[in-house]
Amino acid sequence: MKTLLDHNQLNITLQRLAHQLIENHLNFQDTVIIGIQPRGKWLSDRISALVKQFTGQQQIKYGLLDITFYRDDVHQGNDLQIPSHTDIPFSIENKNVILVDDVLHTGRTIRAAMDALIDFGRPKNVELLVLIDRRFSRELPIQPDYVGRTVDTIITQKVKVYWKEKDNKDEVVLID
Amino acid sequence: MSLSVKHLLGIKELQTKDIERIFQTADNFKQVLQRSIKKVPALRDTTIANIFFENSTRTRISFELAEKRLSADVVNFSASGSSVSKGETLIDTVNNILAMKVDMVVMRHSASGAPWFLAQHIDASIINAGDGTNEHPTQALLDAYSIRERLGDLKGKHIAILGDIMHSRVALSNIYCLQKLGAEVTVSGPPTLIPKHIQDLGVRVEYNVQKALEWCDVANVLRIQLERQHKPLFSTLREYAMYYGVNRKMLDGIEKEILIMHPGPINRGVEINSDIADSKQSIILDQVENGVAIRMAVVYLLSGKRELEEV
Repeated sequence: MKTLLDHNQLNITLQRLAHQLIENHLNFQDTVIIGIQPRGKWLSDRISALVKQFTGQQQIKYGLLDITFYRDDVHQGNDLQIPSHTDIPFSIENKNVILVDDVLHTGRTIRAAMDALIDFGRPKNVELLVLIDRRFSRELPIQPDYVGRTVDTIITQKVKVYWKEKDNKDEVVLID
Repeated sequence: MSLSVKHLLGIKELQTKDIERIFQTADNFKQVLQRSIKKVPALRDTTIANIFFENSTRTRISFELAEKRLSADVVNFSASGSSVSKGETLIDTVNNILAMKVDMVVMRHSASGAPWFLAQHIDASIINAGDGTNEHPTQALLDAYSIRERLGDLKGKHIAILGDIMHSRVALSNIYCLQKLGAEVTVSGPPTLIPKHIQDLGVRVEYNVQKALEWCDVANVLRIQLERQHKPLFSTLREYAMYYGVNRKMLDGIEKEILIMHPGPINRGVEINSDIADSKQSIILDQVENGVAIRMAVVYLLSGKRELEEV
């Protein structure tokens, strides 16, 4: 097991990601943040809180998207996934959408998320923010726009992200 | 996260955790049904046959919509106008439909136990959409789900089931479902319409409808099923309406505001008066709305049990 980001590094990375978003979207007038359930929630909670803090804007639109019913492996032998809550209490029509997930691996989750997102309206554009980009393991042509840390991993390894809100610590580790 | 059963034949065979899982999944689908695009692609690889050997409006439309909202392919079959009238057996009919690569079967049949019989002979998952006077599991699930939506946890809640208990599959499925969720059940109606020994299921029997209404938090009023009554069990519909029909006067005498349910179709002026059926106490249309979400959940959760063909 190897630590990829410890508590301090993780928080510095989150602050950088938030600043990068602000750099491109300034006052978040036409921009919304959408976290992908279940694991992207923790990251998007933090990122949206930081963006609020740095911009002083309290009205930043922030939603959560569950993609269970959009997966391409519903009947592929694995047991069915437990769906999480979807909560997008605003229109995404003609908005800049920032999709947020913790680890980008094969790209299949993001494919499903884009399909799910389009069912809610036609965004102006969609960007992707991830904390960990597992480069070289992509199965679909999907790349992130904002990356916390890029790592080279093999398929048998696992990246685990701990959040202090649920795991009592902030840490990202690589498990062999 | 699938269910503990391969088929949904009756509530009797379900575990409490299955029911909770169905409710939890239905919550998600209910949210999907409020979007402008009320559809998810989860079951685009699944074909479902709705086989109805008995008439139905609500249940059939509700199942068909649920399946279409999940992107499944749907074929509908009703016994009238089919080869059943030429003497084809149930197993032959269903096997012929399955030979056309159908993955799941939703069946309503006038014979109690028909889906259990079928389950012994075919591989596909079966959902019972009502068998004779036995069970109607998805109705019971949507009833309990609608109560839970209004009153929260069912534990300790008082539910009265009123009317034609004898011929009602809704009553039996409701009793099983409500009890598994911890509610207390009373059945009420004329003695000729309440089966002997029903107390053995752990329900109370109350022949006075007014008293049952005073006791309960929710009253589920059932339809008088004249088509299943082969001998007279009460004198006239007018007499039934007078002594057992639920009307405004009865409810005005009760201090608390109870919820009124009815599985439909309603015989207005017989088991329930319009002034009750259309009042704000009535959650009859909520039941219909929730029916689609519940059936989506059931179909989705059972679809996971399918064995994948080796290619």
